[in-house]
Amino acid sequence: MPEKRIVLRNCGVIDPKRITTSLDRGGFKAWKKALAEMTPEQIIEEIKVSGLRGRGGAGFPCGLKWELARKAQGDEKYVICNADEGEVGTFKDRYILERDPFTLVEAMTIAGYAIGAKTGYIYLRAEYHHLLDLLRNAISQARDKGFLGHFEIDIREGAGAYICGEESALMDSIEGKRGEVRFRPPFPPSKGLWGRPTIINNVETLMNIPQIILNGADWFNQIGTERSKGTKVFSVSGDVTKPGVYELVLGSRLRELVEGLALAEKVKMVQVGGATGRIIPYEMMDTPLAFESILGAGAVIVFDETRDVIDVVYRTMEFLAEECCGKCAPGREGTEVMVEILERFSRGEGADSDIRVLEDLSKAMMLSSLCGLGQAAPNPVIDSLQYFRGAYESRIRENQGGVVA
Amino acid sequence: MNKIGDGSPTQGKNQEKLLPRLKEAQSKFGYLPKELMAELAESLCLPISDVYGVATFYSFLSTKPQGRNVIRICQSIPCFLKDCQTIIESVEKEIGIKPGETTPDGRFSFELTNCIGACDEAPAMMLNGEVHVNLTPGKISQILKACK
Repeated sequence: MPEKRIVLRNCGVIDPKRITTSLDRGGFKAWKKALAEMTPEQIIEEIKVSGLRGRGGAGFPCGLKWELARKAQGDEKYVICNADEGEVGTFKDRYILERDPFTLVEAMTIAGYAIGAKTGYIYLRAEYHHLLDLLRNAISQARDKGFLGHFEIDIREGAGAYICGEESALMDSIEGKRGEVRFRPPFPPSKGLWGRPTIINNVETLMNIPQIILNGADWFNQIGTERSKGTKVFSVSGDVTKPGVYELVLGSRLRELVEGLALAEKVKMVQVGGATGRIIPYEMMDTPLAFESILGAGAVIVFDETRDVIDVVYRTMEFLAEECCGKCAPGREGTEVMVEILERFSRGEGADSDIRVLEDLSKAMMLSSLCGLGQAAPNPVIDSLQYFRGAYESRIRENQGGVVA
Repeated sequence: MNKIGDGSPTQGKNQEKLLPRLKEAQSKFGYLPKELMAELAESLCLPISDVYGVATFYSFLSTKPQGRNVIRICQSIPCFLKDCQTIIESVEKEIGIKPGETTPDGRFSFELTNCIGACDEAPAMMLNGEVHVNLTPGKISQILKACK
């Protein structure tokens, strides 16, 4: 299936340093339409009817999030663009920011108008520091053309912390604190940044807004599946001939992306959604990419037949244990215990009882962790036990003497 | 002067400045000495434990002296699949230190970092805030030799 470039429509076409090239392709037409022809409530209704769901991994309905913030009490509200993109194997936001910062600025301005916010922040991960000038330039050119009105957009940089991609840790980071996850409720649209109503949206989510405003909700909700409307941008890496960024209609099959577009061969498994994503074995490559089945933020890492499952899961867990903020015991202790067990399996020193511990611990972490990191950390373990159990069994100590799988 | 840790809106305004100030200091001095953290705590009316807590949370901040050039090789899975191990070994060979160490002459610090979002051009690294991609041992040698 060919790509459908809605989010990426300007990428590689316009000059990201010159706003005029964006204007030539309809840039800021949506903003003009929104301000001239729509009330904030109408904008929010349009986004709700479109069915747009968050593109940063959680898939929360965008229109609903905006509506909650609109209705919340408070004179000062905030729009935050989450450009922290720390999930392993995810580089689609980087790609978008590099090539079309103007559409993002336009979307944030529309969001500000919709919820009644005068201030927007782009939280940019420190690893994307090299994009700072490009973004500042886009904001300043939009301001010079009068497109921002009374809306101010400021950029706040991270300092190297994966957990700051989690929305509540992100807010703590902007507040100058350790990036620790907050207890919810209250949720950001009622009490967010400095306790004020806040919406936090992923870069890609925002990139959809202008086209929805221009073409209408019904145009958007006819694309995709029943519960996953529109397109999704994927970043493909690993054992593929054509790594890169691809945009597909939601519901497209994993095989179309991995074999059809990225030209992978002899695939053993695919990790969809990054470190906290799912592991899909080759036999299940016809699984549709959608919120109803498997999705995540867009990371698609491909492993060929030479790759070792245990090694992959172990490395993934090491990453999660290191990046865990430490606030809750299930996250902090759970990831450490999983690392310790997986390390022993990687050396062929596993035990039967270890598998039971991994399974019980997975249930506990999924139920009781404070945030998505702890809740989803067991995913690679659960999936690899389900689809590649033999890899674990061959590494159990009593079985030593044979070839390690 | 507000009381330390009083949770007032002023403290919030001050706290907001903490991370940007620490980043500035990191950039200027190469690390965050204890005295600097104490001064910052006083000027922002924050408990020094807060300042220390933030300084030690973020991986791009360091409370120990670092080299003039900080090498951060990505060790995450997509870079691992593109043989970052060879790149790590070539850095070790080129400058004679292992990850976590600083050269005695203060020229380099060598760290391993997690996914920097350059997976389509792996293996990759950051060097003083700049990203270098499609690394080979030859490129490493070239890039590092050019560092002051």
